[in-house]
Amino acid sequence: MSRRIAVIWFPHLVTDRFLRKQPELKDIPFVLVVNERGRRVVKAINALAQEKGIRVDMVLADCKALLPELTVCDYDEAEPKKLLTALAEWCIRYSPFISIDLPDVLILDVSGCTHLWGGEQNYLNDIHKKFNAFGYTIRSAMADTIGTAWAVCHFGNSGSIIETGKEVKALTSLPNTALRLEPSIIDKLDKLGLKTIGSFITMPSSALKRRFGQSILKRLAQALGEEMEITEPMQPLIPFQKRLPSLEPIRTAEGIEIAIKTLLQMLCERLQQEMKGLRKCTLTCYRLDGVVVKTEIGTSKPSRNTLHLYKLFENKISQIEPDLGIELFVMDALVVEELHSSQDALWTVSGKDESVIAELLDRLSGKTGVQAIHRYLPAEHYWPERSFKNATSLSEKASTEWRTDLPRPLHILPVPELIEVSVPIPDYPPLLFRYKGVIHNVKKADGPERIEQEWWLQQGLYRDYYCVEDEHGSRYWLFRSGDYDSGNVKWFIHGFFT
Amino acid sequence: MRKVADRVMIEQLQQQIEKLQQNHVPPADQPLSIGLGIMEAAFPGKVFTKGAVHELISNTAEEATCTSGFISVVLGKLMPNSGYCLWISTVPRRSVFPSALKGFGIDPERILFVDAGRTKDTLWAVEEALKCNALVAVVGEITELTFNDSRRLQLAVEKSHVTGFIHRFRPKTENAVACVSRWKIKSIVSAAGETPGVGFSRWHVELLKVRNGKTGNWQVQWSPKGLEYILPEQIIIDEIDERQIG
Repeated sequence: MSRRIAVIWFPHLVTDRFLRKQPELKDIPFVLVVNERGRRVVKAINALAQEKGIRVDMVLADCKALLPELTVCDYDEAEPKKLLTALAEWCIRYSPFISIDLPDVLILDVSGCTHLWGGEQNYLNDIHKKFNAFGYTIRSAMADTIGTAWAVCHFGNSGSIIETGKEVKALTSLPNTALRLEPSIIDKLDKLGLKTIGSFITMPSSALKRRFGQSILKRLAQALGEEMEITEPMQPLIPFQKRLPSLEPIRTAEGIEIAIKTLLQMLCERLQQEMKGLRKCTLTCYRLDGVVVKTEIGTSKPSRNTLHLYKLFENKISQIEPDLGIELFVMDALVVEELHSSQDALWTVSGKDESVIAELLDRLSGKTGVQAIHRYLPAEHYWPERSFKNATSLSEKASTEWRTDLPRPLHILPVPELIEVSVPIPDYPPLLFRYKGVIHNVKKADGPERIEQEWWLQQGLYRDYYCVEDEHGSRYWLFRSGDYDSGNVKWFIHGFFT
Repeated sequence: MRKVADRVMIEQLQQQIEKLQQNHVPPADQPLSIGLGIMEAAFPGKVFTKGAVHELISNTAEEATCTSGFISVVLGKLMPNSGYCLWISTVPRRSVFPSALKGFGIDPERILFVDAGRTKDTLWAVEEALKCNALVAVVGEITELTFNDSRRLQLAVEKSHVTGFIHRFRPKTENAVACVSRWKIKSIVSAAGETPGVGFSRWHVELLKVRNGKTGNWQVQWSPKGLEYILPEQIIIDEIDERQIG
C-alpha cells in the first residue's frame, strides 16, 4: 500500500487563536505586530484585514494608512510553535505520525487510517468540521507525497484528494511557488516566464539542473514521489499510566497485592528508562458494581524502587473494599521528577542511609500523615515559639547556628499556662508559685531575660523570663507578661529545665 | 575431685548460657566505651549496651524533662558527628523544645520528630523505626508497654542493632518488660556556684534493672564541660536556706 499524506494549513493560525481568547474582536479587522529594527511590523492578520489588502510583513504605518480603524495587538514570537505543537498533539487521534512544519502547517501520515472514518473524503471532512468548530480556518489536501499535498493545499481547492499517479495532472496548473522553492529560484523562473509548474515539469532534468541547480530537481522528485521526503514526527507525551484488567473479578487481598506489584513493576520499568522518579501515585480500582475506589501514596523523595513503593501501598490495601470484585486496576503516576541513578550513592554511606530513612519516613507518613513528621532548623527569632522552623527535606541545611548562650528549657508547654505567684517587689522573681495546685518555693532564680514582641509579626506584651529552681531541685521557666505600671500583669509557666 | 569437675562443668555451661543470652556483645573492634564514665561499668563488658532497648520511667513532668535530658546526653554520645535519630511520641505529649537540644551535645536537625496518633500507632512506628538500620537510635514515648510488645521491639533491634529508648511517662504499673535496662532519672538541688542563681543541672540517675550487669545509682551534673560525677562527699545539700537570685 502506498503512503498517503494529508497536509493541513492554518492560514490564520495565530489570529484564530487570538479570536478564541477574545471573541469580541470577531467582526473587527485586526493585526498582530512586533517591533523590528525601530519599526512595527505586522506578523499576523485576520481574514477581515486580509480582505482590505493588508499583508504579513507590512509596516504598521502603511496598514494604518490603508485602514485607519485597524486594531493592533502584540505578537508573541513563540506562539506559533507552541500552538502548532498543541494542535499536533490533539491531532494524534487522526494519525500516529504527525510532524509540524513551521510556521503554520501540520503534516499527517494517514496511511491506513482513513478507513476508520469511512474513506478519505470523510476523513478530511471530519478534520474540517472539528477545526471549524474550534474557530480555526484550515485548508487541507491529501496525496501520495508531501510535496503534492502541500502544493494543492496552498494553491488548489481545499479538501481535494489527489489519487495515486495523478500528481502531475494536479500540479500542472499550480504556480511555481507551490513547489517550496527558494526565493532566488522563483525569481529566475518568473523572469523566464515559467509561472506555472506545468510550464517546466516536462523539461529534461539536465536542462533544469544547469539553469536552476539541484534543489528544483529534488523538489520535483519529492512532489512526484520519486524521492522520499523525511519529516520528524512529533513525540506525544504519554501519561505515566498502566492498566491491568483482570480476567475474573478480584476479591481477595492477595489478588490486589499481585495487581499492585505487577502494575508497579510496569510503571517502574518505564520510569527507569526515562530516568524519572515517582512523587505521587494513585491506584484506581474499578469495581464490578460500578463503584470506583481510589487510593493515593506520596513519597518524600522521587523513587522508582518497586519494593519501597509496594510497602507504601501495603498499608492501604486494607482500605480497598473489593465488594463484588474488581475488574480493572489503573495506576497513574501523577507527579514525577527527574531521578538520575547517581553513582555517588554507591560510594557514600550517608547518602544511602538518607534514602533508606526517607523510605522509612514515607511508610510512617502513610499511616500518620505527612504533617506528623518534623525536622527542625534554627530560625533567627528570639520569641521562643518562633525560634525554630520546619525543614522541608532531609537534606536541607541550617542557614544559621543554633544558639546555646541563652538558657532554654528542654520541655516546653505548647501554650504557656497561667500560674499564681507571690512576688516581693516588681521586677523580681517570685517567692513562690502555685502550678496545678502544688506550691513551689523558689530557692534559686536567674533572670529576667526580656523578650520583646516582634512588632512586624505580632502585637502584644513583652515577656520577662525567669529561670527558677524550687526546694526539690526542679527547675521551671516562668515569665511575666506586661509590667506592673500598666496594672495588667500575668505570670505564666512556659517550660521545664532538666 | 568430683567437686572440681562439677564446678568446671557448671562454669562451661554458664558461659554457654551467656553466649546465648548476650547476642548484643559488642564486637572487639568497637571503641570500648561511649563516654558515659563510671556508669558504664554497670553493663556487661563494661560498655553501655548498644543495639538494645532501654526503658526509662518517669512520673512527673519534672522527672520527664530530666529523663529527656539524660536521653539527649546519651544520644549525643551515640551520634557525635553524623547519623539520624527518630523521636516518636504520642500526640498530646510531645514537649521537647528543639532549640534546647543543642545544649545537650546533639544537633537538633539530626533528630526527626514523629507525632504518631494513638499508642498502637506509636508502637508500630517505633517497631518500624527500630528495624531500619540506617538510624542510630530511636526514642519512643510510650506510656504502656506490655511484655509481648517489648519482646517484639527487642527482636527488631537484634537484627538491626539500632539503640532504642522507651520513655514511659506515668505508666499504670511498672510491669516486667524484655528491655535490657530500666532507668529512673530525678533532678536534685544544684550546687551553689561562685555566682548566685541557678547552677548546672544535677540528676540522680538510678539503674533499677540491667541484664547481666549490676544495678546502681549515681549523682551526675550536666554542664557545658560534659557529664561529671558528683562524689559522695560532694553531695552535701546546701544547708543555707537562703534565696539566691542571679
